[in-house]
Amino acid sequence: MRARNLRLFLAGGLLVTAGLALVVSGFASSSPDGLERVAEDRGFLETARDHLFADGPLADYVVEGVGNERLSTGLSGLIGVLITFGLGLALFALVRSRRPGGGTGRGPGPRGSGPARGSGPAQAPGSGPKPTRAP
Amino acid sequence: MHIPDGFINAPTSLAAGAVAAGGVGVSLRRAAQTLQERQAPLAGLVAAYIFAVQMLNFPVAAGTSGHLLGGVLAAVLVGPWAGCVCVAVVLVVQSLLFADGGLTALGLNITNMAVVGVFGGWAVFRLLRRVLPATRTSVVAASGIAAGVSVVLAASAFVVEYALGGTGGAPVSTVLAAMVGVHTLIGIGEGVITALTVGVVLGVRPDLVFGAADIQAPLSVRPEPAPEEVR
Repeated sequence: MRARNLRLFLAGGLLVTAGLALVVSGFASSSPDGLERVAEDRGFLETARDHLFADGPLADYVVEGVGNERLSTGLSGLIGVLITFGLGLALFALVRSRRPGGGTGRGPGPRGSGPARGSGPAQAPGSGPKPTRAP
Repeated sequence: MHIPDGFINAPTSLAAGAVAAGGVGVSLRRAAQTLQERQAPLAGLVAAYIFAVQMLNFPVAAGTSGHLLGGVLAAVLVGPWAGCVCVAVVLVVQSLLFADGGLTALGLNITNMAVVGVFGGWAVFRLLRRVLPATRTSVVAASGIAAGVSVVLAASAFVVEYALGGTGGAPVSTVLAAMVGVHTLIGIGEGVITALTVGVVLGVRPDLVFGAADIQAPLSVRPEPAPEEVR
């Protein structure tokens, strides 16, 4: 029950997040931000150099080749959200799997027949959702 | 708030890189020790949410905008250690894929927003929690105020870096005044967004809010099931 709620919460949160990035981002202010404004006013904006990846396919939050500005920004945001979420999930799963005191070995991703320490303690009996990483 | 390449000279950027690597490294280690199972996926969501909301620049004054930094938001939801990692992940993605924030300035940006913003803001949050009554409303209020202060702290960290290695000729005092001024306004937005988000999560899943762990409703009578119950 709890676990299902958590999954529901995560799904809802991700949906809201994706909506913000995909739709709302198109309506964001395009004025320079605080630092950029100060740099301009105080005369050091021109010390900025071009970003090495300024020609990248997602540079400046537009998807290369998508003409509509709002759609392009929105799509780039959605891609960014998915990448950040995936990266975050993977990183924190890895970090937790290597927590000290885990006991079994030192490689990431415990496997074998023992209780899978890395994928967390067992759920409450009866709740049933299997640890997603178990082979 | 994302520093591009060129604003700050190489030695200062390198030093900030060391601070950033140290801060994120310690945070990773401490997050591994403290992050609870159910909070690990939440931390991924927090990073994604911060990425999304950082795109939503809001106007703060004529011709100037600001956006969420997210340090206090992350710290209150998943704890300062995981929170620091969340913001750092966002900054790396932004710099590498979106050309937002210079590559050579990555250490500076992580120092300002993921280290100073998160831990400075978290310290303010803790202080406020100590003074305010132990209620959910206090958690929301403390989150909002600490978030606002954290923006000014991060902006001040930039001014320190500018004083140490700024390549432009502007006097530090005027940069300080301008940075603190505009980021006080941006901090109001940061506070509102942070308080709203923490308020919503507290309403839906209060048990997931790290910064409110001490005021859970007295439901946790049932002990955690022992790990041996696998079979």
